[in-house]
Amino acid sequence: MEKVQIVSLIVSSIVLLGVVELVRRGRLRENYSILWICTSLVIMVFAVFRHLIDWLGRLTGIYYPPSAFFLLAFFFLTLISLQFSVVISSLTKSNKTLSQEIALLKQRMEELEKKGKT
Amino acid sequence: MRSDTLIIIPAHNEAGGIARIIEDIRAKAPGADIVVVDDGSTDSTALEVSETGAPVIRLPVNLGYGGALQTGFKYAISRGYLYAVQMDADGQHEPSYIPKLLEPVRAGAADVVLGSRFMGLGEYRSTFVRGMGMKLFGSIASVTIGRRVTDPTSGFQAMNREVMRFYASDLYPVDFPDADVLIMLHRAGLKSVEVPVEMYQRVEGVSMHSGLKPLYYVFKMFLSILVTLLRKNTFIKDV
Repeated sequence: MEKVQIVSLIVSSIVLLGVVELVRRGRLRENYSILWICTSLVIMVFAVFRHLIDWLGRLTGIYYPPSAFFLLAFFFLTLISLQFSVVISSLTKSNKTLSQEIALLKQRMEELEKKGKT
Repeated sequence: MRSDTLIIIPAHNEAGGIARIIEDIRAKAPGADIVVVDDGSTDSTALEVSETGAPVIRLPVNLGYGGALQTGFKYAISRGYLYAVQMDADGQHEPSYIPKLLEPVRAGAADVVLGSRFMGLGEYRSTFVRGMGMKLFGSIASVTIGRRVTDPTSGFQAMNREVMRFYASDLYPVDFPDADVLIMLHRAGLKSVEVPVEMYQRVEGVSMHSGLKPLYYVFKMFLSILVTLLRKNTFIKDV
């Protein structure tokens, strides 16, 4: 095993263990952990089977095979960011609905209080 | 006596002018109820509205023009109003046109009536980018809907319950409803028409279309119209 393989194996193991630990403590929800776990597993696979990178490079026509690795990393990070945007959008939507409901309820309450006084 | 018509006014930091506008509406469109949606104002807007006796819905955070308006539609639906009129709190819209806007809706000739400032009545100046945007998206909407759209940005509208229900759905944009909403309405099978109205230039405060926003507006409108056309209609008319 080469040095670079050991380093990437260690790094990806730390990421994987970290993600699992966060889920265990309830600080990261399972559905958002999937992409992270996939990412670290893919890094692990590529660290153990080094020739996979060369194969990927040939397959995609990338001249310098190690940059295929960066492409892969970039792909996963983009995927994770996109997932964040989707989650933020849905949070914004529920936030809007909740604010509206609260405002409507507050108004209704004030109205009923006023009615009760007179 | 409760009316069957509700006038919805979204307001964000409109202290100083809002009370006068409410009095003006009461004088020129008697018989309609009024509700003000305070979109997280940091000034005394809500207090000034309360003093006029009109109900005020205070949003805990600033949702934006469309989000505030939508709160008003939800209110109108839950209180059983048959017709609603939306107008701005900045004095741009002349209340004496309210009956004229309501007339085709009440007669069943249209589901929503928009007051257009570009149909010959009065003079209205707009910034260059904005004017271009309006023309461009107005023509796209005209082609899609099959009638001439002169003022796609009009925030002076009268509508029936169907349209209120449609506007209360999640597809309604929270920032500024525009030509995209007209196309959405058309695809939902709801009929819109325009009638000429006079509009005034803003008296106080800053317009919601200033700074870099025109650029965002053009981009957003293109995207919104595109996805609207790609989307299947899911709105079911409640006949």
